[in-house]
Amino acid sequence: MNDVYGPIIRDGLWKNNPALVQLLGLCPLLAVSNTFINGLGLGLATTLTLVASNGIVSLLRKQIPDEARLPVFVMIIASIVTAIELSMNAWFHELYLILGIFIPLIVTNCAITGRAEAFAARNPVGPAIVDGLMMGIGFTAVLVLLGAMRELIGQGTILSEAHLMFGEGARNLSIVLFEDYRGFLMVLLPPGAFIGLGLIVALKNVIDTRQKAKQAKQVMTDTVPASA
Amino acid sequence: MPLSRLSSPFLAGTNRVTLQMLQLLFALIPGVIAIVYFFGPSVLINITLAVVVALLAEALMLWLRNRPLKPFLTDGSAIVTAVLLAIAIPPLAPWWLTVTGILFAIIFAKHLYGGLGYNPFNPAMIAYVLLLISFPLEMTTWLPVSSLSEQPLDLSSAFQFIFNGQLTNSMDAVSGATPLDAMKTQIGLHQIPVHVFQQPVFGLWGGKGWEWINIWLAVGGAFLLYRRVISWHIPVAMLAGLSAISLMTWLVAPEITGSPIFHLLSGGTMLGAFFIATDPITASTTVKGKLVFGAGVGLLTYIIRIWGGYPDGVAFAVLIMNMLVPLIDYYTQPKVYGAVK
Repeated sequence: MNDVYGPIIRDGLWKNNPALVQLLGLCPLLAVSNTFINGLGLGLATTLTLVASNGIVSLLRKQIPDEARLPVFVMIIASIVTAIELSMNAWFHELYLILGIFIPLIVTNCAITGRAEAFAARNPVGPAIVDGLMMGIGFTAVLVLLGAMRELIGQGTILSEAHLMFGEGARNLSIVLFEDYRGFLMVLLPPGAFIGLGLIVALKNVIDTRQKAKQAKQVMTDTVPASA
Repeated sequence: MPLSRLSSPFLAGTNRVTLQMLQLLFALIPGVIAIVYFFGPSVLINITLAVVVALLAEALMLWLRNRPLKPFLTDGSAIVTAVLLAIAIPPLAPWWLTVTGILFAIIFAKHLYGGLGYNPFNPAMIAYVLLLISFPLEMTTWLPVSSLSEQPLDLSSAFQFIFNGQLTNSMDAVSGATPLDAMKTQIGLHQIPVHVFQQPVFGLWGGKGWEWINIWLAVGGAFLLYRRVISWHIPVAMLAGLSAISLMTWLVAPEITGSPIFHLLSGGTMLGAFFIATDPITASTTVKGKLVFGAGVGLLTYIIRIWGGYPDGVAFAVLIMNMLVPLIDYYTQPKVYGAVK
């Protein structure tokens, strides 16, 4: 069990994270990550799409002719996204209005087509769904982190307008960190998204290098006494 | 008699980067004196603050990047960036404005690209644009020329304002539109440039005070040309480009804006022409390329001033042309001697 799912989970969340390593789906990632809640909303919608599309593509993988697979993937993904868009319109109407064009644009998120092509079309349903879920969570985590960073520096708040996501009761969840904050407009504009994403990617690379160096050291200390 | 046995090289082994930077700072002195004369001594506080923060940020980044501290800290490049930014922003900029700008210039625009010699964009201008876009209110609140205000600011009240945001006078007494700003707003209200020019913020040829600051910056620039710290191509091409397009529109449609001389002596024209566009790292390097680069900065400055959203366009123009430098250099490579076609 662990043999199949362990690598999938690690791939999606860290090693092959769609936003940090594959750098896929950057358009919504950069455009919508201006607040925590916006990032979370789009991230969850994308995750849902990924899980559903991976599952359906995996179920139909024997029936889909190889020559026509991309149109079929796109049609499956488009149907799922349409359903998600309509339900968001019904239940999260204000958030739906804020995210606007980026919800239907999930169809064109290359991370989703990429997972359908690279994973779901070649694997059974169980691993495909887990892969979709993990890739989605990895993507959402980066979206939320970037959104929180930009919201904190750009507006001096965290979780502002939380009621869009969690209902009226969550209205006082939002924290104003600095009273009388003047705002840092550049961080909320696209350059802030690019710089923020660059910093997160750099942070991941630093952690990876440190870890690799530590492992190499461990191997050295493990092997030296043995060979001596 | 023993002869002294010297051998080559006979060139003095000075650090050329340091020497250039020192001369650049020296050349800025007349301009800074002019700014102090017209806008009060608060610019000196900004320069000091900027230099201190720049050196600290530079040291931090060098330490993080495992680079030797001394040669890079003493080369003066961080100081030049700091002084240029401190001159470009308003004299009464609050302290956090200066600190944010300098940190962004040194950490993001300089060291994340690889440090001195590797940055594609002019760090001081990147910081200026960042501040202008993020904090438009603070970046456009200029002092009126001291002869126009009733109570000119002395050093201690300027210090109070920069660090505490408090002032004994009312805010009206310290804020005023720059001449470029005034020209733009008034023409937006369908005033005629000649009439706008009658307003007290304007002087003989350009804005009151601004014209002399620009002239003294140009004098400093002439010193740099004489010392061959910079070559003539970029400043001449930039001023020519700006003059050409403003002369043309002035002759054809004088209702659009002020005279060419107004544009040459307003805003950041001379600072840009001699001290910013000539940055050897971010400007074009070929002879023909320098002419194209300079002319492009001049044209874009005017275009942004007249049809853009901001009153001055030097910073944006320099950054846009910085982006085009690889292209310009590619197409203007000099022919190798003896090469056929």
